[in-house]
Amino acid sequence: MIYRFFEGLGAYFLFLGDVFRRPEHLREYYRSFLREVDLLGFSSIALVCFISLFMGAVVLIQTAMNLDNPFLADSYIAIAVREAIVLEFAPTIVSLILAGKVGSNIASTLGTMRVTEQMDALRVMGINPASYLVLPKIAACLLFNPILVIFGMLLGLVGGYLAGDVLNLVNTEVYLSGYFMEFFPHYVTYSLIKTFVFAFIIATVSAFFGYKVEGGAVEVGKASTKSVVAMSFTIILFNYILTDMIL
Amino acid sequence: MIRVKGITKSFGKEHVLRGIDVELYPGKCNLIIGLSGSGKTVFLKSILGLHTVDSGTVEYDGRILGDLNKNETKKLRQEMGMVFQGSALFNSLSIEENVGLPLNFFSSMTLEKKLDRIKFCLNRVRIPDDAFVKMPSELSGGMQKRVAIARAIVLNPKYLFCDEPNSGLDPETAIVIDKLIHEITHEFGMTTILNTHDMNSVLEIGDHVILLQDGKKTWEGKKEDVLTTDEKNVVDYVFRSNLFKQMRAALAKS
Repeated sequence: MIYRFFEGLGAYFLFLGDVFRRPEHLREYYRSFLREVDLLGFSSIALVCFISLFMGAVVLIQTAMNLDNPFLADSYIAIAVREAIVLEFAPTIVSLILAGKVGSNIASTLGTMRVTEQMDALRVMGINPASYLVLPKIAACLLFNPILVIFGMLLGLVGGYLAGDVLNLVNTEVYLSGYFMEFFPHYVTYSLIKTFVFAFIIATVSAFFGYKVEGGAVEVGKASTKSVVAMSFTIILFNYILTDMIL
Repeated sequence: MIRVKGITKSFGKEHVLRGIDVELYPGKCNLIIGLSGSGKTVFLKSILGLHTVDSGTVEYDGRILGDLNKNETKKLRQEMGMVFQGSALFNSLSIEENVGLPLNFFSSMTLEKKLDRIKFCLNRVRIPDDAFVKMPSELSGGMQKRVAIARAIVLNPKYLFCDEPNSGLDPETAIVIDKLIHEITHEFGMTTILNTHDMNSVLEIGDHVILLQDGKKTWEGKKEDVLTTDEKNVVDYVFRSNLFKQMRAALAKS
């Protein structure tokens, strides 16, 4: 098992070597990048907004219940909600959700291209399929995932505020002022660094599993599932490592 | 001319190609025939360089495939066109974009000239103008094959490879595809290499026919020879069905 792990890791780095070969005909890559931004980025906005809004609301309810104390101002609840969303919920949970949505899309798309000989068609034309197909996906994820996470942060905070208001759990004016108290911009930087790393993991790990598919439709499905599991493990692992390093 | 010398290819313990020597003639349809599993597709992909051969050489007009540097290989690739068994059109691109992709990568034509060339190739394979903006999934199997041919010839290649281009098509459409490939081969003077196990294709367009059995070349000749030869390997392969047995008997009588 250890041997297979290191064999897979080696194959992953060799694959990255192919992906990061100097691209030729940048205009074609740019066109492909725009298609990927639409496919992987814009199509995820609604999902991220919906989840973040309700995630913020749930965090507020749980925090308000646990800090239900007349000696504690509602602004402290706001601080706790803000830190939870900015530090962990937005970057990690949104990235895990994107690993499921975007990652499985990348793995199954590339896997299908492999089994239907579309990659062979590119090779016959003299085009490096790893670079042409994967590099624009990495660029799209690196550009758009941080934007989605920032959306997630903002809507999480809005969700918390709305839940507090609708359920009458907090004094909204005091609560809102809490969002701006003792704010450390470094936390946002930490969050975005995590998001960049997670975006790279999502794009490359899923592409690796899709690119290496052999067989038919069943293997494409299996590769997609395996890629989501591998991405989730890797994201959780790097979440710990980066938190230990940066915070 | 493509000259193949003693190529072998194994996957693990399975020996798929066992030393094939063959010459593939320019301006002709060179047909590779044989049963399923005889090594036709592996042979084709080995000639193309999609599989690395274990031994032997493939020579394109004096250029040995494995000995070329990166730029020479790229130049050679631009002289090749390939029609895959399942068409292999890019799902996310329209018909026009599919055919235009090699031009975008490898030609310095202006946009106007590119569009002209795309239109010429698509019209040449009888794809109507109103289908240019459609996605591959919106086309029938026969039309997809024709688009694949248009994409393969868009860079005006010297060598055209077709892996069972009429598999999965009805007999009428299959003949249309065969004739189209034959016409294009002669019109543009290409060296066409076509894998098939369809005897209609062999008799229709087989300028030069090569029979593969168990990874070896066991016979080669012209389409006319296929029906008349007494070579046991060909007789065993071609005259398996009663229909062909009757045809052979009738030919012998006449």
